[in-house]
Amino acid sequence: MAVVFKAPHALVDVPMHYCPGCTHGIAHRLIAEAIDELDIEGKTIGVSPVGCAYNNYLYFNCDMVQAAHGRAPAVATGIKRCLPENVVFTYQGDGDLAAIGTSEIVHAATRGENITVIFINNTIYGMTSGQMAPTTLLGQMTTTTPFGRDPKVNGFPIRVSEMLATLEGPAYIERVSLHDVRHIKKAKEAVKKAFRVQLAGKGFSLVEVLSTCPTNWGLSPVEAMKRVEREMIPHYPLGVFVGANLEV
Amino acid sequence: MGQKLLMKGNEVIAEAAIRAGCRHYFGYPITPQTEIMHYMAKRMPAVGGVFLQAESEVAAINMVYGAASTGHRVMTSSSSPGISLKQEGISYIAGAQLPAVIVNIMRGGPGLGGIQPSQSDYFQATKGGGHGDYHMVVLAPASVQELYELTVEAFNIADRYRIMTMILGDGVLGQMMEVVNFRDEEKIETFDKSWAANGHDNKREHNMITSIHLDPAVLEQWNIGLQNKYKLISQNEQRYELYNCDDAEIILVAYGSVARICKGVIREAAEQGIKLGLLRPITLFPFPTDAFDKVLDIPKAFLTVEMSSGQMVEDVRLTIEGRKPVYFVGRMGGMIPTVKDIMSKVKEIKEKHD
Repeated sequence: MAVVFKAPHALVDVPMHYCPGCTHGIAHRLIAEAIDELDIEGKTIGVSPVGCAYNNYLYFNCDMVQAAHGRAPAVATGIKRCLPENVVFTYQGDGDLAAIGTSEIVHAATRGENITVIFINNTIYGMTSGQMAPTTLLGQMTTTTPFGRDPKVNGFPIRVSEMLATLEGPAYIERVSLHDVRHIKKAKEAVKKAFRVQLAGKGFSLVEVLSTCPTNWGLSPVEAMKRVEREMIPHYPLGVFVGANLEV
Repeated sequence: MGQKLLMKGNEVIAEAAIRAGCRHYFGYPITPQTEIMHYMAKRMPAVGGVFLQAESEVAAINMVYGAASTGHRVMTSSSSPGISLKQEGISYIAGAQLPAVIVNIMRGGPGLGGIQPSQSDYFQATKGGGHGDYHMVVLAPASVQELYELTVEAFNIADRYRIMTMILGDGVLGQMMEVVNFRDEEKIETFDKSWAANGHDNKREHNMITSIHLDPAVLEQWNIGLQNKYKLISQNEQRYELYNCDDAEIILVAYGSVARICKGVIREAAEQGIKLGLLRPITLFPFPTDAFDKVLDIPKAFLTVEMSSGQMVEDVRLTIEGRKPVYFVGRMGGMIPTVKDIMSKVKEIKEKHD
């Protein structure tokens, strides 16, 4: 019988620990499919973050390095500067990348470091149980904003892709979403393009992935998907911010 | 043969690293070690290496973590306040068992302190510094020639044990110029790097570099492995110099540039008919307990001299375990103990024990 659908080779065949309805699994699969289709598993080194995806080094079949909170772009820089012919990616959440790791991501981007960053934005800290993230929307209730995020106290949510797009270093930045099949397919193309940008030596690439956290949002998986579309996309518009016309 | 040059201490560290096969350096400017960066910025491109000025000490040490993960020889350098910032990365490097070299050219603290020489980071260097039960190997050169020898050795030790090795110097050593004899060629040992995350090329299972083990039983075993490694290093790698100890009435204990001052004290004392010796630890971790075993019965007392409030003296006392009196004299804040400071303490001790 012909196999029409199978697990990507770049994913290890083990159960993942993510909650039901969490989109980390989808994001992992998209990265793995891109690695398979570009046939780069043997030359790829991934960098795991701190957060719910801290141990995704167990899930990707390429070589993996676990980094300290927020430091993945610096760790990836060290790897890439040693192995310029290899493919290096980081996988980071919004607490990791947009709070404690703001310095590292801004400087990796402005150096035009030839790495790929997969940035998971679900507007909350997952692993430490639902605290406010820099991307938490105004009014959003979290365990550290129990009455909703108030800009007078907590300031405003950061739009990472738009902020990094003001720099000259990045070659490609796109924001995608995983809330339905059509958008998942677009997200896959973006991840693949980001790797192709790196393979072509064009420089820094980042894909911001709007994601869910049903557990800490207190929503069902279906309602969580709807929240992405109704509440997140209006604040975090989808699209290409750098490299729209870049052919790779 | 070889090459005889007059060079600044900091530049010798950089040159020695390159001669040891280090082709990746990540750093951030801070006085009094910045000449290491300047030298690397010029020399690395010429030897096909990478010099990168990081956005912070935190980023620099994490770049080191990444580079070390690939199995390449890598170095960073800083001075006291910058080394404090690097502690997070140092702890992760210890946890993930990665080989790398770090240089601390110490200045007076705490806080921003000053830029004059100090030895006040002894505790931080030898007892861990960051979180968790770990050590680095800590080498303490006392001359520009030794900066060369020990920097080369630091890379070999790092690779041999998969450990971070620190060159712990002070502002005097970093800034002073002395003659250094370079060998024509370094013998660069080869080490097993099959653990490295450098792309499996579809030829092996994927490698994973990590310091996290959420199962406490697994983490305890990991820690036991680390402690066994430190014991092995303590057996194999103790280095020290014994100078004039054979019939010494008092043995001075000092490392780095202070040990040089102590040699001046020994000459001055000899002219006054006082016999002094010097025990100079070259490895601060592992602490050279073997050296103390050798000379314990000789003197009436030991006198530890440091540019600190008295940090190494605690290890001296732990080693001697009350079997001989241990005294301390030191200066702080970038002030250097003078021959006079030390001689007056020597005379005080002598009066007490004669």
